[in-house]
Amino acid sequence: MRRRGFTRALDFRHGQVEMTHGSGGRATAQLVEELFVAQFDNEALRRLDDQAQVEVPPGRLVVATDSHVVSPLFFPGGDIGCLSVHGTINDVSMAGARPLYLAAGFILEEGLPLADLRRIVESMAAAAREAGVPIVTGDTKVVERGKGDGVFITTTGVGVVPAGVNVSGTRARPGDAVLVNGTMGDHGVAIMSLRENLEFGTTIRSDTAALHGLVAAMLKAVPDIHCLRDPTRGGLATTLNELAHQSGVGVIIGEARIPVRGEVNSACEFLGLDPLYVANEGKLIAICAPADAQRLLDAMQAHPLGREAAIIGEVIEDEHAFVQMDTAFGGRRVVDWLTGDQLPRIC
Amino acid sequence: MKYIDEFRDGSVARRIGAAIAREALPGRRYSFMEFCGGHTHAIARYGVADLLPGNVRMIHGPGCPVCVLPIGRIDMAIEIARRPEVILATYGDTMRVPASGRLSLLKAKAQGADIRMVYSTADAVRLAERNPAREVVMFAIGFETTTPPTALAIREAQAKGLTNFFVFCNHVLTPSAISHILESPEVRELGTVPIDGFVGPAHVSTVIGSRPYEFFAEEYQKPVVIAGFEPLDVMQAILMLVRQVNDGRCEVENEFTRAVTREGNAKAQALVAEVFGLRRTFEWRGLGEVPYSALRLKEGYAAFDAERRYGVADRSVPDHKACECGAILRGLRHPADCKLFGSACTPENPLGSCMVSSEGACAAHYTYGRFRDTSRRVAAGAAVT
Repeated sequence: MRRRGFTRALDFRHGQVEMTHGSGGRATAQLVEELFVAQFDNEALRRLDDQAQVEVPPGRLVVATDSHVVSPLFFPGGDIGCLSVHGTINDVSMAGARPLYLAAGFILEEGLPLADLRRIVESMAAAAREAGVPIVTGDTKVVERGKGDGVFITTTGVGVVPAGVNVSGTRARPGDAVLVNGTMGDHGVAIMSLRENLEFGTTIRSDTAALHGLVAAMLKAVPDIHCLRDPTRGGLATTLNELAHQSGVGVIIGEARIPVRGEVNSACEFLGLDPLYVANEGKLIAICAPADAQRLLDAMQAHPLGREAAIIGEVIEDEHAFVQMDTAFGGRRVVDWLTGDQLPRIC
Repeated sequence: MKYIDEFRDGSVARRIGAAIAREALPGRRYSFMEFCGGHTHAIARYGVADLLPGNVRMIHGPGCPVCVLPIGRIDMAIEIARRPEVILATYGDTMRVPASGRLSLLKAKAQGADIRMVYSTADAVRLAERNPAREVVMFAIGFETTTPPTALAIREAQAKGLTNFFVFCNHVLTPSAISHILESPEVRELGTVPIDGFVGPAHVSTVIGSRPYEFFAEEYQKPVVIAGFEPLDVMQAILMLVRQVNDGRCEVENEFTRAVTREGNAKAQALVAEVFGLRRTFEWRGLGEVPYSALRLKEGYAAFDAERRYGVADRSVPDHKACECGAILRGLRHPADCKLFGSACTPENPLGSCMVSSEGACAAHYTYGRFRDTSRRVAAGAAVT
């Protein structure tokens, strides 16, 4: 690549995003080259075309897109950068697909410190590298100060579903087992702990993680997984309702079987929240035939991202598609869709 | 969680449930009203009803501060919030309460009114300090539990010399609402709504103490058991009520001894008496005008009174014609009896106030318990959502 001879390198210590960084001119080119290309570094990106040309193996192509507006930008256990990589990789993976490439669109607010932007982009690059899913194309726009909130990132991912895999939210059948790969509510509580007026000390970290490795291990053990979904906004409760609705079945879960950290429970208690509705960013729900459940659980628990996996309930016949829960107290209740907005700007 | 899990222990719950079933006389029906939304929520969330014998029934009372807020008061709050100089600070629960003209605070916010959610009145005072060019109005609602913090905020604003902090006061009083229910013809005329006793307020009683209830127990011959908001508190209180009924006693008993005394919190009471005075009458959603049931700022604190500052006039707006919230709040009807329940009125699109807050009888039943009445509703040909 030929250097364009920018007179002065970007000032990542004191500089800030200016309107010219989004104008498409020399300043944009400099930001792209010295930050995005330098960090994301891969062959498709280095060509500096307006699009990426990539090779795709045979199979069904999966496309998923996800916008990220989390506030604050940096939180215990992660930041908007790695979140935007993990979120889209997970959306692709929940089809049972192997994620291959990512595209990233940035909306930057005038005045955002370049140091913050670099930290975010470095975090994205590290997350993409670790996941083995390169960011092959992107776009940057700048809006005036006050018209954004630092940075919004949209990522789009593509992947391929291998032959013989058929994961869908419509495939839950009465008798199926419902599993999760770990504790519920960590991400939401980590974000909440930093919010204005609420700041409370906690050791809870966001669980943000790319789940495609875990999914691959699960599919290896049980190729016929019926449903996979990541319980992000709306938490476990809302995601189970989505699946029940799509498949036209009911679900019964046992409160005592759902893994929730003690700290998350305590934080939810004094914030008046229910951990079942709090967002996760490194968790999945899996539904499979009862005969496969133990094998799937073993495979999950053998993976670093599934050590605390558990079977939490089962699918039942129910024309009303209710999700119900046997409470630890000894009663039974509906676990309904999330109403209103429990935690705005969570991802 | 220490000090929490102990009050949610399933094995203890089953033991108390068995004791209630053993002691409740088979030939008798027991109807108890839990006054507070906090109890309603606990009963629904933990499935307490599943642990009670069939002849013990709970009636959900009007103790949900959001639910009893009349439409007119929300309209007034919106009118204040729409003034360009105003930032309206409000608790999250009130954001979705339906107002006139298909509005709510949430919709008024989307239309441009500056409405901010706060977790405490202290946050509203801070908001006023940080925005000296604006006028911050706290939309103060709630029973005796939230009144002392409002009084404290006013005193703090006064001490700091803030001239841009105001309170739109909607604080209401528990004892007058209980009297009103006991005085209502349905309850007085024997047999229409039998209320055999009350599960008395938890947090409210930490402030006012257990003494104010002694009058009801005596005057209306109804047992009262003050109980905490944990599910085991509620179960224990029900057992104590069953025993009082069986013994023919009408006493005020205190299950919530870890927080409630007979005299209550004298400091909080003094603070409230210093800042607030009684309104002659106040409209409650579902109960109508209830005499001497609400508070307003005293003359000495008039400078903080948003009603005076903006000259907003009190108004009364009727509820949706088919809405049964009033009857439900008085224990005359069950949420599932309402034609709108679950079809036109849901937590996403609440028409009536009981559907708005998670402490409301309808929202609690819709969110946690509606699987129990689907068969009945299907049989009746009603829409099931």
